[in-house]
Amino acid sequence: MNYLGKDVELKVVGTRPIRPDGVEKVIGRAAFGADFSVAGMIHGKVLRSPHAHARIKSIDTSKAEALKGVKAVITANDLPNIPSEEAFVGEGPANFRDMSLNTIARDKVLYDGHAVAAVAATSPSIAEEAVRLIKVEYEVLPNVIDVEEAMRPDAPVLHEDLFTQGVDPKPTKASNIAKRMEFKLGDSASAFAKADVVVERKYKTAPVHQAYIEPHACVVSYGADGQAQVWCSSQGQFMVRAYCAKLLGMDIADIRVFPLEIGGGFGGKTLVYLEPLALALSRKSGKPVKMTMSREEVFRGSGPTSGGAINVKIGATKNGRIVAAECEVMLQAGAFPGSPIGPALMTPFAMYDLSDVTIWGYDVVSNRPKVAAYRAPGAPVSTFATESAVDELAKQLGMDPLELRLINAAKDGTKAVYGPTLKDIGFVETLEAAKSSPHWNSPLGEAAPGKLRGRGIASGFWFNIGGESSGATYVNEDGTITVVSGNPDIGGSRASMGMMAAEVLGMDVKDVRTVVGDTTSVGFSFLTGGSRVTFATGMAVTQSAEMVRDELCKRAALLWEIPSEAVEWKDGKAYPAGENAGKFDPLSVADIAAKSARTGGPITGKASINAQGAGPGYATHICDLEVDEETGHTTVLRYTAIQDVGKAIHPSYVEGQLQGGAVQGIGWALNEEYVYTKDGRLDNAGFLDYRIPVASDLPMIETILVEVPNPRHPFGVKGVGEPPIVPPMAAVANAMENATGVRMGSLPMSPPRIRAALDAAKG
Amino acid sequence: MYSPTFAAPQSIDEAVRMLGADGAKPLSGGTDLIVQLKSGRNRPAAVVDLKKIPGLVGIEETADGFVIGAATAGAQLGEHARLVAAYPGIVEGAELIGSTQVQGRASLAGNLCNASPAADSVPCLAAAGAIAVVAGPNGEREMKVSDVPAGPGRTNLAKGEFIKSFKLKKPAAHSADAYLRFIPRTEMDIAVVGAGVNITRDGANGPIKSATVWLGAVAPTIVEVDASCIIGTSLDDATLAKLDAAAQSVCNPIDDKRGTIEYRTKVAGVLARRAASIAFKRAGER
Repeated sequence: MNYLGKDVELKVVGTRPIRPDGVEKVIGRAAFGADFSVAGMIHGKVLRSPHAHARIKSIDTSKAEALKGVKAVITANDLPNIPSEEAFVGEGPANFRDMSLNTIARDKVLYDGHAVAAVAATSPSIAEEAVRLIKVEYEVLPNVIDVEEAMRPDAPVLHEDLFTQGVDPKPTKASNIAKRMEFKLGDSASAFAKADVVVERKYKTAPVHQAYIEPHACVVSYGADGQAQVWCSSQGQFMVRAYCAKLLGMDIADIRVFPLEIGGGFGGKTLVYLEPLALALSRKSGKPVKMTMSREEVFRGSGPTSGGAINVKIGATKNGRIVAAECEVMLQAGAFPGSPIGPALMTPFAMYDLSDVTIWGYDVVSNRPKVAAYRAPGAPVSTFATESAVDELAKQLGMDPLELRLINAAKDGTKAVYGPTLKDIGFVETLEAAKSSPHWNSPLGEAAPGKLRGRGIASGFWFNIGGESSGATYVNEDGTITVVSGNPDIGGSRASMGMMAAEVLGMDVKDVRTVVGDTTSVGFSFLTGGSRVTFATGMAVTQSAEMVRDELCKRAALLWEIPSEAVEWKDGKAYPAGENAGKFDPLSVADIAAKSARTGGPITGKASINAQGAGPGYATHICDLEVDEETGHTTVLRYTAIQDVGKAIHPSYVEGQLQGGAVQGIGWALNEEYVYTKDGRLDNAGFLDYRIPVASDLPMIETILVEVPNPRHPFGVKGVGEPPIVPPMAAVANAMENATGVRMGSLPMSPPRIRAALDAAKG
Repeated sequence: MYSPTFAAPQSIDEAVRMLGADGAKPLSGGTDLIVQLKSGRNRPAAVVDLKKIPGLVGIEETADGFVIGAATAGAQLGEHARLVAAYPGIVEGAELIGSTQVQGRASLAGNLCNASPAADSVPCLAAAGAIAVVAGPNGEREMKVSDVPAGPGRTNLAKGEFIKSFKLKKPAAHSADAYLRFIPRTEMDIAVVGAGVNITRDGANGPIKSATVWLGAVAPTIVEVDASCIIGTSLDDATLAKLDAAAQSVCNPIDDKRGTIEYRTKVAGVLARRAASIAFKRAGER
């Protein structure tokens, strides 16, 4: 697809129109998952395991079934026992059998909160009562929560048929290590000999939840004819359709999924949890079924992202050139294989031009909820470690950490450790923008007595993806435009789709309305994830709008009875061009639409593509913070997120993405963690004790958008949603070290840990 | 199916009778009870709303001090200028509970009788020597607020008893209180440690004449710190170090998701010092 941005004066792209989804959300009328109802619907509830690891000996549902108002009770036996089959899920590989077993346990429960049975009844309270009446007999097994403990030879084994892939010879004994992976460039082991300074340290991060405000919710109706309808909020209506079909043993054509407004996903809604259970309950009861998770269920039963243990070794010469790097990443997958170990290994050195690197890692199961994608899956974990190490290296070299990054920065032509040669990247530009930013050039300011202040900087990388996408542009009878996108809008894509179409058509964006289509009203689109929608679906929508524009020219030519080549489209109107110039009055979209019946019927453009050429995103963040020495409490004083975004279609949304990513990363750095009891139960399944930042915790996050266009997108777009969560943990840790002199290798840097580290440093 | 009864009696007698029934629970602001009902952690047979009883909501200033209705919401305390001036620490403790929305409901009696060791309004009530007026089957009795909690989730109130009001004496000249709590965030959280201090100075510029210091969240109930080390002083550094040590010495906390024993103990000392310094300064300003 041609890059249009260079020689064309953009009139819509790059402006900040009022957000199209704003009013309904602000007045509270937008229909999210739990807001939807259909006539005659009943209510489903899930029975969840109280044990971290146990064999299910028996399930007695008779009392629940006998309760008045109960219409259906299901266990795993009501769903097909499907064979092992690799699937592409969200942003990492997974297996349909595992997905089925994660949706409802069959022989074993593998984590506290694992679904065991479900009930549908005429009211939510009857369903809850019925859940209490189900009697499950468990044989409790030893459990393992921590990733490193799960790797030990004597650890309790979750899956008797799990043998480590990627090692030679293939193991004969089952273990919790699902896979070993490695990426290698040059020869790091011998290259360390060239280093004057070597930094080596171990790091650890806690699993964190995406903490979307909207809990999972759906309404499903399984018809007597075997056709089903699903209304839910998710990151992909086609994803929900495909997974439900697989897990229920249905044909894809028999399921229609209607996407509802989504209240945050961040990767965590790239899976199904309730929908297959609701379908089974609806099939059994013959009634539509509504299911919603409580916040506690969201924490216990849906996927966080991985925690990890990381060993880093980096060596550099006296003048700051990094000559060798090694990194080992042990990534926790939750109860089933499929942590984002691949991206965790591919990303953390992609900011640098290195010749000798080895990075390897392990995908490890333990008795926790199966992980789900979370913004740049895997990258924040490994990058926290490597960017902390780079900071430590700068300190040992006596260099400015920003200068050290500039010396080693990846540029066009740099070969990344994971294979490709990078092009059209803007990492150096983010560093330069940081260097000249108001933040970097302002003094840190004096701390009050008993407080310590510091500044830190860190960078990050994320690939961004393209993939299969569909979009359509329809000319309405009055000349307004309807754009249909195949992707749920979680970051402002209705605005960006409409703006790109308006730009192509030369129209005012208020005359272009974008809707997210259901699975039968637009072509297939891969889910909303990988920071792909404005790039890939935007490309499809742009193509569909171009088809409409070309068709409008043809229709004008027919009306004028001149060749269509002699028509020019300008500012939303058809003009006769060449020798016909000035012979006819220009025709607007409305003029042409009014006469479309006479020129061939409705005017429509549809594009279904597999978008290639996504441009990677680079981010650099600066953090100022203050630590209370006596309580270990950290206050972030100032924070700036700088990112190469290619081209910001609607800059306010893009800034919002940067701010949101930074805030989630700061929460990850400072307070968020899962707390388990000794017997493997989650002890903080709620927002009271799972501490995401509240608004008063943070300053306004400053943003700087760097625009190095991606020439493979019509307007130069690069994905923006994921890179901003990659640098924050190291930016905060580096600021912490700058403030206190203590290097925090473990996340979260919560007050008790800070106070203990400060006390230990004092001796 | 679980289905509790609900009643909102109009008189003390009616309420006493209703609360005498097995499994009956009083409802004040409901900001703890309703959450517990929803989660299934607490399933009373009957919920008795006390807010409709005359005198249970509202603040009265008397010749002796203040009488605060047991179900008076935190926001109402904060809007009462005379109470804020007299007991800034009690009010700031009550106003730390929950969000703005919760503030419109959460009450002193609810905070006290929910019997969480971390209750924010309790340390300063105890430090002020506040009295709880208790209604029950045998008529009224008075208890020190500090005697109400028996342990996490348990009180020393008998079956059928509930708190009707709190009595606060008129503050002595040059006296003031202060409350500090530690939370990892800035709001919407539960105290990891809380410290309430009430100080009376011997004249606006004088040394400390009397002082009471109570800690929250470091033992099964609030605990009193032996504050004798600060009497007669003006809180010089050496004195503050003694108070820090005295505070740490009464701590008997647990390791849990909100903090470790070691951390809670150290921070109890820190907050006792800091709250004492604030109360001392305030006392000098009046």
